[in-house]
Amino acid sequence: MKRITVFVIVIIAMILTACTASGSDQTPPPSTYIQNKGSDTIVNLALAWAEEYQRLHPEVRISVTGGGSGTGITAMISGTVDIANASRQIKEEEMQAALANGIEPVEHVVARDAIAVIVHPQNPVNQLTIDQISLIYQGVINNWQEVGGENRPIVRLSRETNSGTHVYFLEEVIRKGDHNNKAIFSADTLLLPSSEGIIAEVSDNPNAIGYDGLGYVTEHVKVLAIGTQPQGPFVLPSIETVNSGAYPISRDLYMYTRRDAPPLVGEYLNWILSPQAQDIVSRLGFVPIVTLSAGN
Amino acid sequence: MKLSRTTFGERIINSLIILAGYSSILFVGLILVFLLREGLPALNDVPLKDLFGSRWYPIEKYFGILPLISGSILVTVGAILIAVPFGIGTAVFLSEFSPPWLRNLLKPIIEILAGLPSVVLGFLGIQIVAPFFRRFFDLPTGLTAFTGAVLLALISLPTIVSIAEDALNTVPPAYRQGALALGATNWQTAWGVTVPAARSGLLTALMLGVGRSIGETMAVMMVTGNAPVLPGGLNALFMPARTMTATIASEMGEVATGSPHYHVLFFIGIILFLISLVVNLVASSLTLRSRKRSERLLS
Repeated sequence: MKRITVFVIVIIAMILTACTASGSDQTPPPSTYIQNKGSDTIVNLALAWAEEYQRLHPEVRISVTGGGSGTGITAMISGTVDIANASRQIKEEEMQAALANGIEPVEHVVARDAIAVIVHPQNPVNQLTIDQISLIYQGVINNWQEVGGENRPIVRLSRETNSGTHVYFLEEVIRKGDHNNKAIFSADTLLLPSSEGIIAEVSDNPNAIGYDGLGYVTEHVKVLAIGTQPQGPFVLPSIETVNSGAYPISRDLYMYTRRDAPPLVGEYLNWILSPQAQDIVSRLGFVPIVTLSAGN
Repeated sequence: MKLSRTTFGERIINSLIILAGYSSILFVGLILVFLLREGLPALNDVPLKDLFGSRWYPIEKYFGILPLISGSILVTVGAILIAVPFGIGTAVFLSEFSPPWLRNLLKPIIEILAGLPSVVLGFLGIQIVAPFFRRFFDLPTGLTAFTGAVLLALISLPTIVSIAEDALNTVPPAYRQGALALGATNWQTAWGVTVPAARSGLLTALMLGVGRSIGETMAVMMVTGNAPVLPGGLNALFMPARTMTATIASEMGEVATGSPHYHVLFFIGIILFLISLVVNLVASSLTLRSRKRSERLLS
């Protein structure tokens, strides 16, 4: 009898704690809380923006998570986040899914990014053409000798297929921007789950070639100069060369919001386009769009 | 009155326990139903010839899962080949040869190994093990199936050791005493009597090690390079490979619900489920058969 009483009390206590736990989840008022999710390329930038904005506006809470452009857009479509970060434009089928869900996505270009092609610091190769990189990643060129390097096998590194950087590289470098080109990555391309994995392998392995966002490149790897023609010019990625359009592998970075987003989200996006926020962009190795529009 | 209340309480407790017991069957059943519901449409979306093709590149509709299945098998077999001699050896040492103080030191250390998150091992793998193997074997890259197999061996080792040691400990002391009394050395007793007597338990240890290896995701994803290459020969062990688990883990977050890619990922889940089912069936049939044989011998 006594045991049963204890048992019942324990059960009631458990139910009560469960209730308070679920109740406390709802305390942050939604009006000052911005959920931001998506591209791993932008995640550091989005975090830096969020920190600075929260410092200026202590009443606003911004949470930033990565996971990939598609993950962020899917979350925005299902209404679980306010802002989706994407390193590519929204796809037609994602747009349809959003509209079917009663959400109209709005596109904002928030920064620009250049993709750096990287090799081991001791690799004597300094420059490659887009054609050569395309042939390397298709598995046609398999030895560094064929592009003016040492007699070493080429180990190709890439981000996973869920990365916006992967899709961008496939379309703009391997297929050279040609939509009828159906070339794909060689099957023996190593697909690494993170930018850090690519930097770690390239900085250790003299056979490796990799690519990553300019913002992720460290001094442990060598960045190659890229040319569109075999005779040159070959251009190293930098804020100036990306802004001037001289560096061929660069792209816009986006944030997507829903048309009927709360005003708070709009204020945040306006701030992101301010010179103060764009200053953070260049500090993190990306390319600010304000400078771009001034240059044009 | 008091008696009936006790039997009432007991009946409730009994039925709760029975419910808990049956719930695992229910959960496995529900998981299977869910997997089948999400995975079987893959057979409809993708022609069978393409599904069992040799190229995996889902964003361009190449859904050949053979490289993934063979990648998983390659890494798992490699891990077992490394882990079984070490694991069984450690268990034999712990239960037959080790002085008690050393056993009391070794067992907690092995348990710590079991508690290490696999992502930590993966991190060590990418920073230390992979570069070491690249230099040591003079490979194009250290991110290979072999590197994954070594890490998986470390991960499945504690499982193998603890189950194998339990199996050895359940061998009746009379067996050892009999062998020693007949003049056998410690080594002859262990190798000739104790290990064969514990054979079914050791096979169970091996099978659970296989199960642990084939299901492991994170460490493997970090160090095998994830290139979906169809193995061409024995040297495939020293080339990059992509496992089924790593494929599901890295692609499931991105995929559009209900697309062919989504269904194929669940189809891979069904294959993993079937593999672990077969592994468990083999393990239990081995246990059952050897038990029957020993029962026959005793009667």
